[in-house]
Amino acid sequence: MAKFIEGLYYSESHEYVRVEGEYGYVGITDFAQQQLGNVVYVDLPEVDDEIEADGEFGAVESVKAASDLISPVSGTVVEVNEALEDTPELVNQDAFANWIMKLELSDMAELDNLMDAKAYEEFCNK
Amino acid sequence: MNNKLYGNLIFELSKEGRRGYSLPQHQCEKYKIPQTLCREKDAELPECDELTVVRHYTNHSANNFGVNNGFYPLGSCTMKYNPCIDEEMAAQPAFRDLHPLQPATTVAGAKEVCHDLEQLLCKLTGMDAFTLKPYAGAHGELTGLMVMRGYHESRHDDKRTKVLIPDSAHGTNPASAAVCGLEVLEVKSLVDGTIDVEDLKAIIKEQREEIAGMMMTNPNTLGLFEKSIPEIAKLVHDCGGLMYYDGANLNPMLGACRPGDMGFDVMHVNVHKTFSTPHGGGGPGAGPVGVKAGLEAFFPAVSPYEGNFAVLLRTYAYILSLGKEHIKEVGPLATLNANYIKERLKDLYLLPIEGLCKHEFVFDGLADKSTGVTTMDVAKRLLDYGYHAPTIYFPLLFHESLMIEPTENESKETIDSFIEVMRKIAQEAKEQPEELKAAPHRTPIGRVDDVQAAKHPVVTYQQMLHDNN
Repeated sequence: MAKFIEGLYYSESHEYVRVEGEYGYVGITDFAQQQLGNVVYVDLPEVDDEIEADGEFGAVESVKAASDLISPVSGTVVEVNEALEDTPELVNQDAFANWIMKLELSDMAELDNLMDAKAYEEFCNK
Repeated sequence: MNNKLYGNLIFELSKEGRRGYSLPQHQCEKYKIPQTLCREKDAELPECDELTVVRHYTNHSANNFGVNNGFYPLGSCTMKYNPCIDEEMAAQPAFRDLHPLQPATTVAGAKEVCHDLEQLLCKLTGMDAFTLKPYAGAHGELTGLMVMRGYHESRHDDKRTKVLIPDSAHGTNPASAAVCGLEVLEVKSLVDGTIDVEDLKAIIKEQREEIAGMMMTNPNTLGLFEKSIPEIAKLVHDCGGLMYYDGANLNPMLGACRPGDMGFDVMHVNVHKTFSTPHGGGGPGAGPVGVKAGLEAFFPAVSPYEGNFAVLLRTYAYILSLGKEHIKEVGPLATLNANYIKERLKDLYLLPIEGLCKHEFVFDGLADKSTGVTTMDVAKRLLDYGYHAPTIYFPLLFHESLMIEPTENESKETIDSFIEVMRKIAQEAKEQPEELKAAPHRTPIGRVDDVQAAKHPVVTYQQMLHDNN
């Protein structure tokens, strides 16, 4: 069973945002990592990249498929999770702890367009 | 079945100084190779006698699996049998020994083959002109998109830099668009797997001045016929764009309908699929591009030569040997075979989209998911029974995709045997799931570690030695 954590914001393309103050940590959901299977590569964005909501910010490759990463929110990249460069399997071990990028959010109102844990769980079970 | 793996590498058989031939003294004393072009140290080539080399490759070839060995229902790939007569024609010395730089006056026969093939492709697809130059399907896509760009540029309509591509498209479509400098606008699919025309309308409404055209595969990558083609073509044409037909799934159309009659302006043909030329390990290939009248002026100069002539010659032989009457049976038979398998397996495998398919269809894994047996396990188990696995985990629309394309070549007996094995595997999934998860058991190599292979690929002998030390 996939995990769904309260307090995060979820997108239909299976990314989450964990908001801390003016920053957002973006990664793929536990449901997404289960569906992808063993992740073998994460293509990370770069610090200072300007990211738009619904825009690509990288990609994850698993043994099954390569998938674009779609950002749920807009902002500037202030940090990327460099550990994923050498150990992409961290995403499988704990997708919520191993976020992919940290954004300085530029539009808090965008969070209103995203799902909460309950709505996202229903979306996944549809 | 061959249980014993012949696993040597040619490098492991090498003995220093061993030779399979002796070359005469060279006669070119005066020719000095510039020092800058010389190797600093000798190439580390394997040194073997001829018999060792012959045994080595003969033994390796016995571990290969191709259409000549057995059923190969690899969805999306149209793994047709390559008839012997095509090879025989291509091996004729009069064709085989031609040189691309021979004077044109000495190759009239070859030029006639090319000209006739262009005419035949026009008739089969409903296009008005063809170029045979592109060297592969993907090269054909790029060539076709360059035609599209060239057309807009000739009218100084320079804003048209975006191309519409359905989310179900093969990955080559967005890749070709990117190489051609075009931006991709993704069009959503409906739950029935076909294009969402309302989504298309919304995108066109917003960006109508910037649309260069639309790329479509029909039947689409789910093996479904796109029913709204006339409406889609009108929408794209009305905003000033061109319609591009990706020939990947042309096979079921042969004898039934033609892209040129559906509103498509530019297309490519994958001759290794529809016209049965070899699926070489990456080449040589050919991807002829067809256009409607007027657009042939925009064929780019992608090659100074007439494409991969020997491949085109096989295409020509295939079309002529089937002839006008029998080529019409290709599409209907490919479609019948796919539907027969689908109907006979859909009680045990999950069919996400009901209804008639064309030449291929997709299951979303086993119907009973409680056993934990995945599409990967089913595919691996098929190898134990002597079948090539279908395409798995594509298309991405489903999580456990298993895509089956039998082609028109197979007899009912072959197809029935495959169906029985698929049913048996579904039964095994319930009774002995652990055995399936460890399959294959009867192949020279068992379950490979695909995670390790992706994360740490070893592709040279040197690297293997390095890793072992």
